[in-house]
Amino acid sequence: MERVPILKIGDILLVSIQLDMSDQTAVQLQEDLAERIVATGCHGVIIDITALDIVDSFVGRMLSTIASISKVLDAETVVVGMRPAVAITLVELGLSLNGIRTALNVERGMELIAAAHAEELDYQLDDEPDAETATP
Amino acid sequence: MALSTEESGRLAALLSEQDERVTTRWTEIVTSSLRGRLSQAELRRQVQDLHRAIVATGDQGIIDLSADSAAELRAALSELSRGRARQGFSASETTISIFALKDVLAELVQEAGGPTALPDYVAFSKLVDEMGLFTFESFVRTRESLIADQAEQLLELSTPVVKLWEGVVAVPLVGTLDSARAQVVMERLLQTLVDTSSPYAIIDITGVPAVDTQVAQHILKTVVAARLMGADCIISGIRPQIAQTIVALGIEFGDIATKASLADALRHVLRLNGVETARRQPRRDA
Repeated sequence: MERVPILKIGDILLVSIQLDMSDQTAVQLQEDLAERIVATGCHGVIIDITALDIVDSFVGRMLSTIASISKVLDAETVVVGMRPAVAITLVELGLSLNGIRTALNVERGMELIAAAHAEELDYQLDDEPDAETATP
Repeated sequence: MALSTEESGRLAALLSEQDERVTTRWTEIVTSSLRGRLSQAELRRQVQDLHRAIVATGDQGIIDLSADSAAELRAALSELSRGRARQGFSASETTISIFALKDVLAELVQEAGGPTALPDYVAFSKLVDEMGLFTFESFVRTRESLIADQAEQLLELSTPVVKLWEGVVAVPLVGTLDSARAQVVMERLLQTLVDTSSPYAIIDITGVPAVDTQVAQHILKTVVAARLMGADCIISGIRPQIAQTIVALGIEFGDIATKASLADALRHVLRLNGVETARRQPRRDA
């Protein structure tokens, strides 16, 4: 059975889907990804679908599931590289890929995750001085 | 509706015997109907071509416009109507050039006299009618292909996607947005987003004369498709009347940013991008 490779780049896991997804490959990918997120402690997952000519409801659901799993494990998911034809088809079909963030390419996706992560850290930093000032 | 062999023979004989007279008279009638919009010499050449084609068909035997032997005649007729359609003549101005032959034939048949005069004239004029109809049809065909060509050209020239800033592209929509154009705009915009990797697009509808539910639907689809790809769309150039129509029709733009002018939209995008615009002291010369 074919497996989708998962690459680690810094704090981000990169999944580039380059084959037609079957039920089995999808389930395998979800398992592998969950394991890798826990093992590496990454905060971002980028799914690259540049090579996909067709995104149907099955692939759409798989992407949603992966996003939900990552969310539970405290990792942000960004889908990147969707082709114009794919986007038009999804809109015509009425599939909106709820709860999934998207970016034009891997670079933008990495920026997006970095920004989201930085925001989170900022909040934590802001909280600390407040807590200190409140105690005395 | 073909002429019989004898009738064809008589028609060909009549036309070839009085060669010079037929073309001259025919040209005269056509010239007066077109009121000098084509030169006499040009009309004469066209009439001569037709005349030659009819005689040539008659020489081969039966004159039947739908038969293979009349291919030359049909070509001459289509040539004439194509030319007239491109020069902007009306359909009746074109077909009248053919019907003028009837007047010429009436004179000739009357002069020749004889017992066959009436049936001959009826048969001849049927042929002329048929030729007229054929001309009319090829005239319409030419016009239709002209219109189709123009529609295609319109589709090509009216949807530019321009880059306004690093990472910001804009589509100034001009003219009525039907499904075909909306599809072209959508595809071109999304492709440009990918090619330039711009995360922001501004759709400017200043040039759209009216926004109905269908146009709004097309714009919304484009925005949603761009979002799926990871880009954000802003709609700008909404004129006061259009804003009223949108509200009256109950069209919901949801969380899509809308701005009154392209300048506002650009400022909005720049702010999102973290670009600051500041007014400097104007320079005073003197």
